[in-house]
Amino acid sequence: MSAAVLSIHNLSVEIPTRTGVVKPVDGVSYDIAAGEILGVVGESGAGKSMAGNAVIGLLSPPARIAKGEIWLNGTRIDALKGEAMRRLRGKQIGMVFQDPLTSLNPLLSIGDQLTETMLTHLPISRSEAEKRAVAALEEVGIPGAAERIDSYPHEFSGGMRQRVVIALALCAEPSLIIADEPTTALDVSVQAQIIALLKRLCRDRGTAVMLITHDMGVIAEAADRVAVMYSGRLAELGTVRDVLTQPQHPYTAGLMASTPLASAGKERLHQIEGAMPRLDKVPDGCAFHPRCEYAQDKCRAAPAPQISDSHAACWFPLIAEKVS
Amino acid sequence: MLAYTIRRVAQSALVLLIVGLVAFSMFRFVGDPIENMLGQERTVEDIERLRDQLGLNQSFAVQYYRFLEGAVQGNFGVSYRQGRPVAEILMERAPATLELAAVSAILAIIFGIAFGVFTAIRRDGFVANFIMSASLIGVSLPTFLIGILLIYIFSVELNWLPSFGRGETVDIGGWSTGFLTESGLKALILPAITLGLYQMTLIMRLVRSEMLEVLRQDYIRFACARGLKDRTINFRHALKNTMVPVITVIGLQLGAIIAFAIITETVFQWPGVGLLFINAIQFVDIPVMAAYLMLISVMFVAINLIVDMLYFFIDPRLRVDRAGGH
Repeated sequence: MSAAVLSIHNLSVEIPTRTGVVKPVDGVSYDIAAGEILGVVGESGAGKSMAGNAVIGLLSPPARIAKGEIWLNGTRIDALKGEAMRRLRGKQIGMVFQDPLTSLNPLLSIGDQLTETMLTHLPISRSEAEKRAVAALEEVGIPGAAERIDSYPHEFSGGMRQRVVIALALCAEPSLIIADEPTTALDVSVQAQIIALLKRLCRDRGTAVMLITHDMGVIAEAADRVAVMYSGRLAELGTVRDVLTQPQHPYTAGLMASTPLASAGKERLHQIEGAMPRLDKVPDGCAFHPRCEYAQDKCRAAPAPQISDSHAACWFPLIAEKVS
Repeated sequence: MLAYTIRRVAQSALVLLIVGLVAFSMFRFVGDPIENMLGQERTVEDIERLRDQLGLNQSFAVQYYRFLEGAVQGNFGVSYRQGRPVAEILMERAPATLELAAVSAILAIIFGIAFGVFTAIRRDGFVANFIMSASLIGVSLPTFLIGILLIYIFSVELNWLPSFGRGETVDIGGWSTGFLTESGLKALILPAITLGLYQMTLIMRLVRSEMLEVLRQDYIRFACARGLKDRTINFRHALKNTMVPVITVIGLQLGAIIAFAIITETVFQWPGVGLLFINAIQFVDIPVMAAYLMLISVMFVAINLIVDMLYFFIDPRLRVDRAGGH
């Protein structure tokens, strides 16, 4: 897939611990094309954020990329160090964090934070940067942007702050945005607005988006394709329609069944029995087999098969393989 | 902000009043100044006459009121020992202490912040670890011992710097300064280091721990994710957020520097107000002691007032009168 903005190939992240090396991300591969939103879902600890941090080079030591390749616009970036990686951050890869209340420096005005980001990456003058800062705020829907440019983060509500964060992530016009749970800390009523905003901006600019979330509703709303992660590995990858309506992997099916729907009745929600294995106790074979209702001997013995866009990482997918 | 300032000034005035009261009531237990002022050859009449003359036979409330009345007008009475107005004596001695305290404070702040930031950024480096270990000396050794050690090394053994006194001073409009002569500057080095060392290590360790805390915050991560330069992140984003608690402590420590100058001045026979106070205690020179305590508390209160005002400039969240909101 040469048109891919981001291409992750067989990526593994390792953390050496006293009891041995654990792999929060284990052999993950996916592509994101320009203008495409890839939703990455999974439980806490499934490795979704860790993969995002690996891409932008912000793994906190001792975590490190153990193997695999990360390609951004045709350039391999997983081995980049220090200064070269810094130039990439913000300029080519933007990032939106979970909590807008803590993502902004409380002592600098939002105008200062926008202009310093632009001046770091773009060859423009300060007055040009200030002009663009106002435009960027207008674009993310801050009312009265020109007057509020000198306001401080505490003068904005949570939803407005997340808009500012998005403006900051996009202001140097990166080709990839990593949005790590961008709506989790927000009011439900604001969540939809933020998702719609992110979607519109990235469509308009052709920015690729890695949308990390555990909220299936957000995925259904925003994503084009979805990658389901379980215990550091990809369980299923496909278009949102396919994965959400015809999940092949029993884990995805379980996730879908446990998502509350407004239209549904009051019967008890489905639960997936048990919990995701601890990283130092990932079972042999398919990592999901102890919790899988369909597990058979083969699942316990051999790692799940290679994943592709039309095939989940499961020996016994729930529906017959699609004809592609 | 204006209302806040007025409120703080009013509070400060109240604090000064209470300090004056406590100090003044304590002096009643220090001893009887008459004993020292009149020699062995004294009569009961002499004692009564002097007591009456100094107003010591009046009630405590009246004495305190008269003291305050004079203090507000800059008149602190006459020293029992020197027979000169206390205000005059203090003015003569204050420049020595203030210059010493200022140099110590500037050294402590500059080196304290610089070392603190350095050890926080390079927290696993060899040099940083060395500085951290060395700073334990500054924290744990008492001031007088550091002073004596410095005198031993630099005055006695190496003979580089003078061991006592202020050197030559130049008089500028009633302010005697030691900054303008070589001997004055040389004489300043050892006392300034002695006085500032503890504060420096304290500021350094505080800056380091605050900075490490700030560097863990989300907005620092976000600044990294925006590709800002390390220098920008460390100094513009992290250091500024470190400063609020650091300024609080620096403010308190500046007061402490002036107060602790007593010990350093004694060790180095530095002709400042601290030495004056020690001598005054020995002689039960109440006007001098009272004026000294008031002077110190005025400085403490003023510094803390300035610190509180500084918060407004650093932290926009405190500027409540600003328009805006949700």
